[in-house]
Amino acid sequence: MDLSAINPIVLFASLMVASTPILLAALGELVVEKTGVLNLGVEGMMITGAICGFAVAIETGSPALGFLGGALGGAVLSLIFAFLTQVLLSNQVATGLALTLFGLGLSALIGQGYIGQRPPSSGDLVLGLDLMVFLGIGLVALIWWALRATRLGLILRAVGENHDAAHALGYKVVRIRIAAIAFGGACAGLGGAYLSLIRVPQWTEGMTAGAGWIALALVVFASWKPWRVLLGAYLFGGITVLQLNLQAAGVKIPVEYLSMSRYLITILVLVLISVDRTRATLNAPAMLGRKFHASS
Amino acid sequence: MKIKTMLTTAAAALGLATAAMAEDPTKVGFIYVGPVGDYGWSYEHNEGRLAIEEEFGDAVETTFVESVPEGADAERVLTQMALSGHDLIFTTSFGFMDATMNVASKFPNVRFEHATGYKRADNVSTYSARFYEGRAVIGHIAGHMTETNKVGYIASYPIPEVIRGINAAYLHAKKVNPDVEFNVVWVYTWFDPAKEADAATALIEQGADVIMQHTDSTAPMTIAEEKGIVAFGQASDMGNFGPNAQLTAIIDNWAPYYIDRVRAVKDGTWESADTWDGIAPGMVELAPISDRVPADVKAEAEAMAAAIAAGEYHPFTGPINRQDGTPWLAEGEVADDGTLAGMDFYIEGLTGEIPN
Repeated sequence: MDLSAINPIVLFASLMVASTPILLAALGELVVEKTGVLNLGVEGMMITGAICGFAVAIETGSPALGFLGGALGGAVLSLIFAFLTQVLLSNQVATGLALTLFGLGLSALIGQGYIGQRPPSSGDLVLGLDLMVFLGIGLVALIWWALRATRLGLILRAVGENHDAAHALGYKVVRIRIAAIAFGGACAGLGGAYLSLIRVPQWTEGMTAGAGWIALALVVFASWKPWRVLLGAYLFGGITVLQLNLQAAGVKIPVEYLSMSRYLITILVLVLISVDRTRATLNAPAMLGRKFHASS
Repeated sequence: MKIKTMLTTAAAALGLATAAMAEDPTKVGFIYVGPVGDYGWSYEHNEGRLAIEEEFGDAVETTFVESVPEGADAERVLTQMALSGHDLIFTTSFGFMDATMNVASKFPNVRFEHATGYKRADNVSTYSARFYEGRAVIGHIAGHMTETNKVGYIASYPIPEVIRGINAAYLHAKKVNPDVEFNVVWVYTWFDPAKEADAATALIEQGADVIMQHTDSTAPMTIAEEKGIVAFGQASDMGNFGPNAQLTAIIDNWAPYYIDRVRAVKDGTWESADTWDGIAPGMVELAPISDRVPADVKAEAEAMAAAIAAGEYHPFTGPINRQDGTPWLAEGEVADDGTLAGMDFYIEGLTGEIPN
């Protein structure tokens, strides 16, 4: 065992890097769910963002444009979901799952010509970290503030808590939800682009490997609170990185315990959160997953 | 004729098709654990599938299902394949073993070929490559190339195939560099680029300057390139992902074997068998060794590969002790295939424990 080989600052930096994709995706999904829409297509939007971002970065040579392209790709894909569920009133769970499958296939198709290429280096590092890490944290603060203290946040929450009442007050429920879904798609796309441009720097089919599902779980884990999403993302990402680092340092703890630690901590945190049952249920948007039509 | 009758009975028994089916081309199915585009393990199996199509043309029809999780899902996919009239099905990951056996027992007329496993039946063959021969060669190179004396090893699951690879690489690295240390990280996945990248980063941050992987994606190679260190490709030539980083790669070439087995089915000579081929018949190949490797080391590595191919040298030749110091192979003794196939111990000098 050689714990001295682990530099805590470097470790924390790689923890932040590992957490950023799920953080971004989970933040987007949080806003979507706050408006009462359950989009299970996060994985599909992430991987679409990963390839769109990668392709744009390769074509333009600019990582910044790449991230923009990733966000756009995720948002455009999410608009399919928005159209199906908000206009045609399809089932949100089924549509979300279909969106994931569609996104995985679409990304593999777009990605055909980009396998084996290297993205342009993102260069600018602050404290050894790229700007996206800080953007992720900034986004947490922004969403927290917006949901809590702004008129926009109030409207979003109203739509998610009681769409009939929001409609009666004259808010365009469907339009607001579509906008939220597109925002969620953009965030997921951004998270995906972070994977393909910075964390792994390459494009591989299926490279998100379930990150979208972890992001979905994070939202519930965080009981729809932005700062808890940040905590949860660091916990999930952090434990993986810590686990790998401890193994590399040769710590004599059986790998099985290290691997299961994040599930154990998840259970522990969920138990702690749900101790106060009424508070936990209060946080869940009341209209989550329900259909809305102005006639009803 | 025999196949025709067998097929027809099978089809009739399932109430699926008519005798017309027997006229159809031989149907060969594949299931892959990762995507075809992993540019590693599954990619090479798919290359083998394409080689079958090229060889037999219209006389065969091949299908594949990619990214099949190991476990219950594999059984579902295999059942579907067996029901849809496949004559021969290749299941290309260790974790498909039980699913293959279960489905095979239900479809005695469908032939199965399971890669890297050890369970066989009348209609289930197993095949694998002696990757450890390639690992011995890259271990030799790694021992010479490391300056920090730390080699990072990204391992997937603690199964004999992976443990054998670690042992073979370590043994030969240690021979040329007694101070070398192997840091093994178990990631418990075959394909998760992000996790493999994180593992590579963790190893490099802790001083490893040579990365070996026994996972399927090219992510570790990309990270090695990014950080300016060296690495070895796994299953495929990963030179595209690490033009400076890749020293060489162990390439799995399944095509000749796949073509043989399909031909056996067509001829009616297919029998359950256990195939384990190495460098000699070309099932294991090495990518061209990079110029970063000094010429003498390169020559030694090539000589070692040639000696293994010629049967003059066995990578596991004694004296070798187990990790706890008890003797395993005496001076000049060569490991038998049985022990190798079930290898569940580290050799002396490796630190850390094998997870259960």
